[in-house]
Amino acid sequence: MFDQLSDRLQETLADVRNRGKLTEADVDKAMREIRLALLEADVNFKVVKSFTSQVKERCLGAGVLDALNPGQQVVKIVDEELAALMGGASRDLALASSGTTVVLMAGLQGSGKTTACAKLAKQLGDGGRKVGLAACDTQRPAAVEQLVTMGGRSGATVYEQGTRRDPVEIAEWALGQARSDGIDVLIVDTAGRLHIDEQLMDELAAIRKRTKPHDVLLVLDAMTGQDAVNVAESFGERVDFDGVVLTKLDGDARGGAALSVKAVTGKPILYASNGERIEQLERFHPERMASRILGMGDVMSLIEKAEEVSDADQAAELERKIRKQQFTLEDFLAQMKQVRKMGPLQNVLGMMPGAGKAMKQLRQVNMDERELDRLEAIILSMTPAERANPALIDGSRRKRIARGSGTTVQAVNQLVKQFAQMRKMMSQLAQGKMPDPQQLMKGMR
Amino acid sequence: MEWEELIPSSAGPPPDVRRKPEPGGRLARLRERLSKSRRALRAELSASLFDRLDAQTWERLEEALIVADVGAKATAEVVSRLEAEVEAGEVTGPEAIEERLVELLAGLAGRETPRLELSAKPSLVMVVGVNGTGKTTTIGKLAAALRERFGLEVIVAAADTYRAAAIEQLETWAERAGTEIVRGNQGGDPGAVIFDAIAAAEARDADVVIADTAGRLHTHGNLMEELSKVRRVAAKRLDGAPHETLIVIDATTGQNGLRQARAFAEAVEVSGVVLTKLDGTAKGGIALAIAGELGIPVKLIGVGEALEDLRPFDAEEFARALIAE
Ligand SMILES: Nc1nc2c(ncn2[C@@H]2O[C@H](COP(=O)(O)OP(=O)(O)OP(=O)(O)O)[C@@H](O)[C@H]2O)c(=O)[nH]1
Ligand SMILES: [Mg+2]
Repeated sequence: MFDQLSDRLQETLADVRNRGKLTEADVDKAMREIRLALLEADVNFKVVKSFTSQVKERCLGAGVLDALNPGQQVVKIVDEELAALMGGASRDLALASSGTTVVLMAGLQGSGKTTACAKLAKQLGDGGRKVGLAACDTQRPAAVEQLVTMGGRSGATVYEQGTRRDPVEIAEWALGQARSDGIDVLIVDTAGRLHIDEQLMDELAAIRKRTKPHDVLLVLDAMTGQDAVNVAESFGERVDFDGVVLTKLDGDARGGAALSVKAVTGKPILYASNGERIEQLERFHPERMASRILGMGDVMSLIEKAEEVSDADQAAELERKIRKQQFTLEDFLAQMKQVRKMGPLQNVLGMMPGAGKAMKQLRQVNMDERELDRLEAIILSMTPAERANPALIDGSRRKRIARGSGTTVQAVNQLVKQFAQMRKMMSQLAQGKMPDPQQLMKGMR
Repeated sequence: MEWEELIPSSAGPPPDVRRKPEPGGRLARLRERLSKSRRALRAELSASLFDRLDAQTWERLEEALIVADVGAKATAEVVSRLEAEVEAGEVTGPEAIEERLVELLAGLAGRETPRLELSAKPSLVMVVGVNGTGKTTTIGKLAAALRERFGLEVIVAAADTYRAAAIEQLETWAERAGTEIVRGNQGGDPGAVIFDAIAAAEARDADVVIADTAGRLHTHGNLMEELSKVRRVAAKRLDGAPHETLIVIDATTGQNGLRQARAFAEAVEVSGVVLTKLDGTAKGGIALAIAGELGIPVKLIGVGEALEDLRPFDAEEFARALIAE
């Protein structure tokens, strides 16, 4: 989308550079593209409206900087404004200084509450807290069993009383138990409910009243469309939630709902859940979400991951190589090994700028963990000289490598091609330039 | 749209089976639910939407469709077409314009009456989709409808062997629907479960096997490949299987729904959409984009969490719900 949006903006504003300033008509044209992009990202249309008028004002005031073309410049303004609207840095849970902290989880059916409960429990548990889980979803068949299983994996104590009792009573009972067990944090799982279901919303309000949670978290599916604002407003009115957990971010939804919810309720998004495995819960980063909504990829996260996996010297060396386009397949192999320690590839790739295109293409070759094994095999079948200088790899070498790795010549070709693009892109990023999308797209096709 | 149209009698309800009468209260409840969700839109689209025709008319219509998650592209198509027809004088008068709008929207959803292809015995229905959309619940409801309305003997296959307690969940639904369940082990091979379920259906002379599958995001190549493999296993085991592959889409889903449908269609040749959670305030307009762009018709809608909350999809009714009371 960024590639597209950026392209479209570049096209729209093609002749502006000569004039050196954006006119109102230029900006209007640009705003139409932006509006479309945001709607496609599921940002609520009212939010889109007020947002574009704000961006318009700023664009009108801006001259055209030399470093960026007008299209990119508008994108930059949009990105900054989006980040501002998404809010500042996310905060941690409000943990009580003593006694049992209560966290109440609420949301629509199927939004991912139970999984989020277990992940949060795992994270808090890993941080040295004693965690309890209260099974208050008596509605959905086998929801209690699910929490018992997943909660067990997280190492938390699960408090359940089956499905016969009233959830409000279970919550209260669980809190009593948790207190006497010296539990630091009790996470209360509740049944998914529609925001217009009066009876169930009353029940949720009652749980809130009885357990006095320190944080009430709304669990929101990142794929939610325009209805997200209705949902958030209703939950806000009835249970006054404090923050949001955004789920299923390992998909390719742009997640405009997150922006909408923030814009209409002012509540921060605290966590991002991005996989089915129990450790796949992260702190939420508003500026990254802004980029994602525009499809700009998440440069910050990528850099951070790279920093995490390598020590400072290595990182400096790596940066130098990236900058000079001296990054070799050998480095790539080493990085890949380290990145794999960081989690599934999809998550890492999703952070890369231009990932929209890249992901698509990578998916065509079925880029999953097993594919990584194949990539590794291909690189390992290269000689050190080839790894250092992929340009060496001619037809006969390709054949040899394909045979050696048990893959095909096409697979080798693809790897070599993608590597070349990646190297270029990374070098541009490292120099603080946004990669030229035109060029990027050309390479990707 | 009636159940009998969705599943033509050639599917063979034994003559001795009494069709379950439509409980009067239920339809009324559905109407009430649907109208609840219409109301919000209705507020956007004042009754006199087409009384005065100017730029704002089309803008407001556009907004209404966007709010319904129809998507910018499909919305633009419908609005510009309608606008052109009105400008050319082909359609005149507020009512006629509204009718034409309904027609255009319903046309997007598909011109043909949707059918569930269950004439083979046994037939296999595979249910797929991203996490939490309502696959398992839909299976419970569908099994009950097939059994109670058509006297079909149904076996449900617990081929979600991944998610914690997924098997237990389907077990509860099988019990509610009064159908058999074939299950494997947590963490086991989903293809094997379907394989066994087909064998069980043949042995017991059952009519339909409905297979639950683990929810998966369409972006995970390996999980999608697994699903294709499960399908291939089923196809090898049983001629023509799966006879229906239904993707379950949550009505609250935004534009990502299109990507979901596209990816699943690529992996397993989806034959229809089940649009769930229409009892909320979301309008499910993404189903129009899916039908329009990918040609996958909506076949069923979910309107609640109870056993009877599943209905055949009616394009015109749906289109009206998007724009009018
Ligand atoms: N209100 C409403 N809720 C529904 C509907 N269909 C399903 N649900 C609820 O949505 C939640 C998820 O449904 P499931 O059937 O477990 O969804 P699933 O797709 O099988 O989920 P996974 O197997 O975890 O991917 C449950 O709480 C269901 O009760 C519907 O039509 N309306
Ligand atoms: Mg399920």
